[in-house]
Amino acid sequence: MNAGKVTRHSLLVLTIMLSLGPAAWAGEAQPVAADPALEERVTALATELRCLVCQNQTLADSNAPLAVDLRNQIRERMREGASERDIIAYMVERYGDFVLYRPPWKATTLLLWLGPILLMLGGLAALYYRLARRRREEAKPALSGAERARAAALLRDDTGADKR
Amino acid sequence: MNRYLLPLGVFAGLVLLLGVGLSLNPREVPSPLIGKPAPSFELPQLHDPQQNFAPAQMKGQVWVLNVWASWCAACRDEHPVLADFARTGATPLYGLNYKDRRDDAIAWLKRYGDPYAASVVDADGRIGIDYGVYGVPETYVIDKQGVIRYKRIGPVTPALLKEKIVPLIAELNRG
Repeated sequence: MNAGKVTRHSLLVLTIMLSLGPAAWAGEAQPVAADPALEERVTALATELRCLVCQNQTLADSNAPLAVDLRNQIRERMREGASERDIIAYMVERYGDFVLYRPPWKATTLLLWLGPILLMLGGLAALYYRLARRRREEAKPALSGAERARAAALLRDDTGADKR
Repeated sequence: MNRYLLPLGVFAGLVLLLGVGLSLNPREVPSPLIGKPAPSFELPQLHDPQQNFAPAQMKGQVWVLNVWASWCAACRDEHPVLADFARTGATPLYGLNYKDRRDDAIAWLKRYGDPYAASVVDADGRIGIDYGVYGVPETYVIDKQGVIRYKRIGPVTPALLKEKIVPLIAELNRG
């Protein structure tokens, strides 16, 4: 669907709703589903799937016509006895892994799944390295024995000079 | 010196990564249907509801399926491109009239011209779901064995037609 059309359409709806005031929502309550248990399963599965029209919404959230169709499709298949796994396979077959909000574990998604862990390990390694270096530097005495003796001699000389 | 080089390098890498990310089009979801047999259907034709059309009838021919609707503004933009394509007669072009009203669809074709050998009616969008349609117009190139070889989501442009679709059809016709 064309994005411009959707925007214009929703703007229109918004304008009408605002001009009518809260009364406009009053009649909008969804009819109670015939089978609440089934409806719960449909919604649970629909929140796991992406709406391809409004890509950052789940199928459960979206009111795009395709999302409504797909929810009906899920409901129908569940009524026929299909399991969640069957329906997910059905969706992936048509729309690809992109419909899944939880991407599958496979070669092309390795970096996606492991990336955060690798970044964290890298960060921990860098932190450890820095801390270790700092500890080494702190452990080193500021002056060596010879330097210390020389400093003491200089200080003595200095006091002598003052007395004069 | 080294102290600045490292953050600068990390920054440049990040800019590169994000730049590439921005230039990608999130609407272009790679279709899992490429290389798979075109889902079968049997639907009544738009102009002659007594007659059905099924992809099986096209076995042995390269053909193009275009998903369209009279309510779809981008289909309007695409229409002249398809008309040009149909005029060349490279392959048969069939339409899948997606979630439309018959009267509206017929009026639309009458008004702008009908590039399709025939259009079939998918009033409730069920076949659209089988083809993974989510952004009308969509276009499929299907080979002689009935396998989907190419899918375009969104309007076909003259450049796309010239550089991709027509060469692909020529190649499939040779094979």
